[in-house]
Amino acid sequence: MFDDFLVRAALAGGGLALATGPLGSFVVWRRMAYFGDATAHAAILGVALAMLFSAPVTAGTLLTALAMALAVSVLSARGHAMDAALGVLSHGALASGLVAISFVPGVRVDLAAFLFGDILTVTRADLAVIWGGAAVILALLAWRWSRLLTATLSPDLAAASGIRAGREGLVLTLSLAIVVAVALKVVGALLIAAMLIIPASAARGLSATPERMAVLAVAAGAASALAGLWMSLELDTPAGPSIVVAACALFALSTLFRRP
Amino acid sequence: MTLISAKNLGFDPGGGAILRGVDFRIDPGEIVTIVGPNGSGKSTLLRLLLGVLPASSGRVTRQKRLRVGYMPQKLGIDTSLPMSVDRFLQLPGRHPEPDRRRVMAEVGIEGLERRALTALSGGQLQRALLARALLTRPEILVLDEPTQGLDQPGEAAFYQLIERVRTDTGCAVLMVSHDLHVVMAASDRVICLNGHVCCEGTPHVVREAPEYRALFGLGTGGALALYQHEHDHGHDHGHDHGEACDHV
Repeated sequence: MFDDFLVRAALAGGGLALATGPLGSFVVWRRMAYFGDATAHAAILGVALAMLFSAPVTAGTLLTALAMALAVSVLSARGHAMDAALGVLSHGALASGLVAISFVPGVRVDLAAFLFGDILTVTRADLAVIWGGAAVILALLAWRWSRLLTATLSPDLAAASGIRAGREGLVLTLSLAIVVAVALKVVGALLIAAMLIIPASAARGLSATPERMAVLAVAAGAASALAGLWMSLELDTPAGPSIVVAACALFALSTLFRRP
Repeated sequence: MTLISAKNLGFDPGGGAILRGVDFRIDPGEIVTIVGPNGSGKSTLLRLLLGVLPASSGRVTRQKRLRVGYMPQKLGIDTSLPMSVDRFLQLPGRHPEPDRRRVMAEVGIEGLERRALTALSGGQLQRALLARALLTRPEILVLDEPTQGLDQPGEAAFYQLIERVRTDTGCAVLMVSHDLHVVMAASDRVICLNGHVCCEGTPHVVREAPEYRALFGLGTGGALALYQHEHDHGHDHGHDHGEACDHV
């Protein structure tokens, strides 16, 4: 009953969930929820710049997402409040992205396509990019897992064990930029941010250890993708928003089982 | 063979120096206690010595590959991070299960391995922090106000535990404390800090030092006297110690 494009969409959602599960857990633990948003918004500026200079879109988004992540780190290190810095940069990047796109001749931009992408049009090449990106992110996180976790729990404890919290934070920054870059075209900025925060939050209620939360977040993300696609097929709703709605429903369910 | 030493250490995050001109050293097996009023830079000094904070001036030398067991003043655990005691004991390094059980029994939190860190009482959390510090077989234990949140019997038991650990493992202990009388008895050396080192020596020497008395009051003031301490008192009644204890 699954047409080919639906299988590809499901695989894209699954690949995204694989990366956003553990990455989103860190985003939730470190209270960086708006960091994901800001990075995703910055990617839209990246798309515009890539169009202006006829460069590959993935490279453009990767660079601007990285630049955004570094700018936020620098601003907050200089004593600006994190939420205010994120607000300025996030809206600034989104607006300048839209302004920049207006300079590209002959292009009419559909903002909804950037925000929600179009998961139903995923190609085999897109799938390779998404799964490749997810593999890189998983490898990065697995490599630094224990150090990242210690730095997240307490930068002081980390430093006393010879772990530099700032350097470990760069691993997350880089991973966020990668996930945005590989997934923006397919699933859109809003869905990436949602897939970072919502499955991890849903998994929190059922987890006693960080590892379990990361694994459950992957499961919740993949389940949301499947449920959202099914909803889209059955009720003829837009796919991206349907996935977010399904994830929110899972989160609501999980609050019934919350543990300390 | 000195474990950690510092020369002319200063820290100024902007807006006034918190520490200046601090010389420090701690040798293997020593128990050194830092006392001083609130805001005197005790925790800052510990964090500089550990390399958590970068020094603004002077330098810190740590023995190569020094194993430090650090117990911070507080651990702000975010409730979004699920963390059981057993998992916490293995951050960042893995330790075999029998070791974890033994250390938990040693500090008196046996049976709590599956409990969430956020569900521990203040005293249990302090013990969990100590257990984690001990698992690394530290050459030096660094404790920042380790008995806050404990009642008096708990406090006394905690210091006995620390002394036993020192006797058993031979590790050095560097701690910051408010509880002067209890702590000083167990220390080899006491450093009285107020932005700079006011005085230093064995507990007896420090207790008799005019600088210490100027800071903490005469007679039996004890821990409470700390909170009532004012920088300008005790500087003009006979002892000639100049500006030694003025806050920087």
